[in-house]
Amino acid sequence: MILYAKKLILDPIHSFGRYSQLLFRAFGAVPEFGTYRKNLWEQMIHVGIDSMPIVMLAAAFSGAVTTVQTSYQLVSPLIPKSIIGSIVVPSMVLELGAVVTGFILAGRVGARIAAELGTMRVTEQIDAIEAMGLNSIGYLIVPRVIAGIVMFPVLYIAACFVGIGGGMLVGHIGGFVSIGEFVDGAREYFQPFDPIFGMIKCLVFGFIITSVSCFKGYYTRGGAEGVGKATTEAAVASCVFLLLADLVLAATLL
Amino acid sequence: MISVQNLHKSFRDKVVLQGIDLEILEGETLAIIGRSGSGKSVLMKHIIGLLQPDSGRVTVDGVDINAISYADLRRIRQNFGVLFQGGALFDSMSSFDNVAFPLRTFTSMTETEINRVVMECLEMVELPGVQTKMPSELSGGMQKRVALARAVALKPRYILYDEPTSGLDPETSTTIDELIQSLSDQLNVTSIVVTHDMHSVLNIADKAAFVHEGKMHWAGTIAELHESDDQILRRFVKANEYLIGK
Repeated sequence: MILYAKKLILDPIHSFGRYSQLLFRAFGAVPEFGTYRKNLWEQMIHVGIDSMPIVMLAAAFSGAVTTVQTSYQLVSPLIPKSIIGSIVVPSMVLELGAVVTGFILAGRVGARIAAELGTMRVTEQIDAIEAMGLNSIGYLIVPRVIAGIVMFPVLYIAACFVGIGGGMLVGHIGGFVSIGEFVDGAREYFQPFDPIFGMIKCLVFGFIITSVSCFKGYYTRGGAEGVGKATTEAAVASCVFLLLADLVLAATLL
Repeated sequence: MISVQNLHKSFRDKVVLQGIDLEILEGETLAIIGRSGSGKSVLMKHIIGLLQPDSGRVTVDGVDINAISYADLRRIRQNFGVLFQGGALFDSMSSFDNVAFPLRTFTSMTETEINRVVMECLEMVELPGVQTKMPSELSGGMQKRVALARAVALKPRYILYDEPTSGLDPETSTTIDELIQSLSDQLNVTSIVVTHDMHSVLNIADKAAFVHEGKMHWAGTIAELHESDDQILRRFVKANEYLIGK
């Protein structure tokens, strides 16, 4: 029992220490651009371009569902239908665009990063990189984290446009709200800070998902089982820290 | 010259190395032998600074590699070529790109020059024609040979081999031994071979160091190994069925 309690308290502290140490070394390797230049481009394609279709699909359905549900809740004929636009657009820009993209990236990109690095660790490929005299953190982790930070906002912008478009289209086709009313509502309640807040979230989420997944993969132990464990932990931990960051950012910036 | 002095290493409660002392002279081939789990690979990883000792020193050409900056350690590592137990080829790259990787990373060679050096290295390990193949398309022995080509691409002064023949059939093992021997002769490198394969030791090494229960139990030349009456060493050697009946 005491051992279990000790493990419960000490393990997260130990992990946080190692995560901080890894980040410190990664920041130190950022100026070595030549080390990761080629890898950075590949990672930006993996994180950004390859994730675009699934992110857009999820965003389109999120926007559409938000429109249908808002319409369903508007039972009073006194409330103008344009209110649907004023709810769907901020929902996408403030929350859904970033969080839906974040969850998809945590599952798709986070798991992939952990599996790749974990396999490289257990097959001694990371040791081989180090043994050659190359900085493995600079070569493997820095480009992945930078790709996450750069490409997440791109995916977020696409998700917002597609989500809002999807909501507008479904509202129009389903006869819930006309395009004109939808746009009027969106304009009336638009706050210029909303997309800025969304972009801040993206930078934080992009950093969390890639850095946590790199950490889990880089320190994988054991064989195939260890890789599987690291992959699952990367996706779960990314989602949990993403939700925590979402709350902290909303509470401090809104 | 590489020198290991009073090296201690534990992983949590498990004591692996208990005061190892070792000296590897320029140009010689040293075999570090011992049973599985005796700490041979851990010792090898200390020699290249992949593991930090709990206490003790590892010096390469007189430089304590645990007392220098990471940038300096990386510069020292560029003098080493390492053949890992499983080859550790980058599975996302072709054989050509694996061998070309250190050349592209650490030299300013043109692609034409890189192409020439890679082909030379692949010929040296008797694998011309595999350059387009991915590691997953190669057998275990071929993977080790491509990894060997990668390890020697930069013409290192030191080559470390971690269990170079483990998991290979006797014929492929002999081929690998011959390659190690010819590389030592051609490149005049200092070689450290971690192995429990006594056939390899007797074929390629000038000296042997026997690690037993985390300690340097015995060290000497191959001739002295034959003559030794140390019971633990003899039991280990006999278990390899080489000197039975001698």
